[in-house]
Amino acid sequence: MSEPILSLRGLHTDIAQYHILQGVDLEVPRGQVTMLLGRNGVGKTTTLKSIMGQWSAKSGQILYDGQDITRLPVSARARAGIGFVPEDMGIFRDLTVEENMVLGCTTGPLDPARKDWLLSAFPALGTFWHSEAGNLSGGQKQMLSIARAMVEERKLYLIDEPTKGLAPAIVSTMAQALRELKAQGASILLVEQNFSVARALGDSAAVMDDGRVIWTGEMAELAANKDLQERLMGLSMETH
Amino acid sequence: MIVKLLSGDQPRSVLLTLLLLVTLVCLAGAPFLFDGVRALDTAARICIFIVLAASYDLLLGYGGIVSFAHTMFFGLGAYGVALASSHMGRGFDALLVGSVSGTVAAIILALLIGLFSLRVRAIFFAMITLAVASALAVLVSQFSGLTGGEDGLTYKIPRALTSANRMGEFMGTQISGKILNYYLVFTAALILFLLLLRIVNSPFGRVLQAIRENDFRAEAIGYRVIWYRTMATCLSAAVAALAGSLFAIWLRYVGPDTTLSFEIMLDILLMVVIGGMGTMYGAVIGATLFILAQTYLQNLMGSASEATSALPLVPDLLNPDRWLMWLGVLFILSVYFFPTGIVGRLRERRAS
Amino acid sequence: MTLAPDHKPTFANLSLTDRLGKAMPVILVPILIVLGFVAIGAPSSWLTLTVSGLAMGMMIFIMASGLTLVFGLMDVINFGHGAFISVGAFVGVSVLIALGDWTGAASLLLNMAAILLAVVAAMAVTGALGWGFERVIVKPVYGAHLKQILVTVGGLIVIEQLIYVIWGPDEIFINRPEMLKGAVTFAGAAMEKYRLLAVGIGLVLFIAMRMVLRRTKIGLIVRAGVENGPMVEALGYRLRIVFVGVFIAGSALAGLGGVMWGLYQEVITAGMGEEMMVLVFIVAIIGGLGSVEGAFIGALLVGLLQNYVAFLEPKLALVSNIALMTTILMWRPQGMLPVVKAK
Repeated sequence: MSEPILSLRGLHTDIAQYHILQGVDLEVPRGQVTMLLGRNGVGKTTTLKSIMGQWSAKSGQILYDGQDITRLPVSARARAGIGFVPEDMGIFRDLTVEENMVLGCTTGPLDPARKDWLLSAFPALGTFWHSEAGNLSGGQKQMLSIARAMVEERKLYLIDEPTKGLAPAIVSTMAQALRELKAQGASILLVEQNFSVARALGDSAAVMDDGRVIWTGEMAELAANKDLQERLMGLSMETH
Repeated sequence: MIVKLLSGDQPRSVLLTLLLLVTLVCLAGAPFLFDGVRALDTAARICIFIVLAASYDLLLGYGGIVSFAHTMFFGLGAYGVALASSHMGRGFDALLVGSVSGTVAAIILALLIGLFSLRVRAIFFAMITLAVASALAVLVSQFSGLTGGEDGLTYKIPRALTSANRMGEFMGTQISGKILNYYLVFTAALILFLLLLRIVNSPFGRVLQAIRENDFRAEAIGYRVIWYRTMATCLSAAVAALAGSLFAIWLRYVGPDTTLSFEIMLDILLMVVIGGMGTMYGAVIGATLFILAQTYLQNLMGSASEATSALPLVPDLLNPDRWLMWLGVLFILSVYFFPTGIVGRLRERRAS
Repeated sequence: MTLAPDHKPTFANLSLTDRLGKAMPVILVPILIVLGFVAIGAPSSWLTLTVSGLAMGMMIFIMASGLTLVFGLMDVINFGHGAFISVGAFVGVSVLIALGDWTGAASLLLNMAAILLAVVAAMAVTGALGWGFERVIVKPVYGAHLKQILVTVGGLIVIEQLIYVIWGPDEIFINRPEMLKGAVTFAGAAMEKYRLLAVGIGLVLFIAMRMVLRRTKIGLIVRAGVENGPMVEALGYRLRIVFVGVFIAGSALAGLGGVMWGLYQEVITAGMGEEMMVLVFIVAIIGGLGSVEGAFIGALLVGLLQNYVAFLEPKLALVSNIALMTTILMWRPQGMLPVVKAK
């Protein structure tokens, strides 16, 4: 198997005086969907933000596509091919849907084929193409955030809880889009609380607790083993 | 006793203690230690600007709020005395009425500005105080019938406080009302300074510092941040107004240039930043050094300028009128490299 | 695929009051103009005052636009902005004096060429100065408001004093170019030619600025950066470079405003920028820090009010702006068109 697209080695990150990440080791294989799981507050979001560079790592190493990006500025990481969908979606509310999408293109103009594909995946965005993004519903904003990250081909996507608080119909739309993304060969690191989504999408999984990765393995293995789930996350994923 | 007077806030550095003691002794004995009208005038200015800078430090250093209206409050106190003395005739009652009404006006204005601008963002305060202070300065120069306009006001103060009042000789110095006046200024300044020291070391002062460090958290713990900041603004304005009154009593003259100008505002900023923000003693050191430099260093610049008159540009840069430029440079450098000021440096040296 | 109920557009439900609230600041300008008409009574005086109010507003807007954008993008408050106004005025006026033959000629073409050259020189110098100012003064104090205020005030003093060193301590009087002297009469109202020109330049500039902000990629990045800088970076843009660009452009615009203001007043002093900062701040605050449109409306309100009040009660002109600021802040504490920051 080829080398992973992303590996974290002993990553430590502080936020103010709090020591949030306490040595995260993680590998994201190429072309796979890797689920990052764990209870609230164990450092999943901080892990994504550290990879993106929004929090700078105090120590440890971030290797992306064979390159050490630990000290690169945020924008350089993005240009190296990492797409980010933050937990708060990061939508520019004063800008229209179209303008948000245009900003997603860092290398050139909006590719019509890519746009058509995204609009077929998320028809609502087409309907409100010229409307201010701030007026979209929560689900539409989430779609916009993901579509904006996907508007240009990226090698690795970091997606933080895309289905949080969404209606089931939208969740399945979202899941379908991520599947298509993966089919195009992208690697995805996905933080997800929704178990059915995690099971349906995930190839491999990493479970975090107290600022560390405490278990890694096949998603199927985790999904099949309720005891393991209880032990790792304090609850069975079925009930979640 | 001394610890109590200082509200438990000791200088915490031997050198600083020495400097403060020398300053205190020199100011207390100024009429007897130094000769000449100019020396006494310099000493009185130092007393007044120590209070003015210290009251600004309450806001800037302890509250973390930048105000550009401190000269406005200073001016209100000064004009209070001037107007009362002009209209009520010379007398101690006029001085009292003037000081009190100037102070009350300063407190009310500070309250209004504080409630308006601190409600949203602390940064509004700097911009709004700048706007309000300059509007007031314009008003003062426009309503010249009342304020004397750009010329300012000259008025009489009680005879007992002027040099016309001769009270005999002491230690070889002629004791006049002027010296009495000086001790009025000195005593009032000392009391006001100790009062400010008490305020910053009170629970109120500690909350204020907590807010400066992290206003979000202070609010979360349950402190009304706006209330504390507004209170600090009012207190600082009141003391500044009283310093203004003292200045008016000492000078027997007020005018926009001596009390309201933006240049004085910059002087105060410099005194506090160079002395050391958030230390109170920094105001003493800063104001003393600044006034001394202003009085004596400018002459030096003049001679340096003449000495270099053969060179291009240099004499222009060293012209005493460019004094402010060097202050600006010094100011920028101190904010970058000595953010804790002289007092902070002295204390660090002890700590290391 | 079905659309879940959640997909319903929310903006169809905006109430009338919401819509009115959004449009209200824009309506304030005509309201003020009508109020001015009522208070002044004489139509010709009112027209004259309105034109000069608009001219003044446009010039203040030109000076304020850079300041407000710089704040919006990087949360940097530049008290030294006024220095660029003064420097711009001195450079521009020096060029105009040097081109005395052109400005004195009764040829609109030569006059305008002289003004154009003066403006280009002023903007080039203040733009370059802004670049240096950003690097030396502002950059080391990102994210620390207290230090920003102190250091930029220091920068203001130093630059102002350097003007004295270079141009001498005295104010400089300047005559407007020949063809811009005097007034045109319309409906019995005398309108100074220069003020009409100022209104024109201001309008063109505002429209151009809007076009850049709305129609170009760089404009999109700036607008997005004002709202959510970290996300702009996460998309791969170097916000810092954009910011420096905006800072330089804003400084150059302040320089342009300085030249225009100098010609308007027909006299320049080193302290003029510092004096203008009061109005610039008022405009930025009431417009909503970070909002170019807000600054535009705010500047027009300030300019008009100042001119109307100066006519009705001269002594209250500057105070009227403080009153305007107070009123608007009571109505909207963040300014008329507040920039909603992400989180």
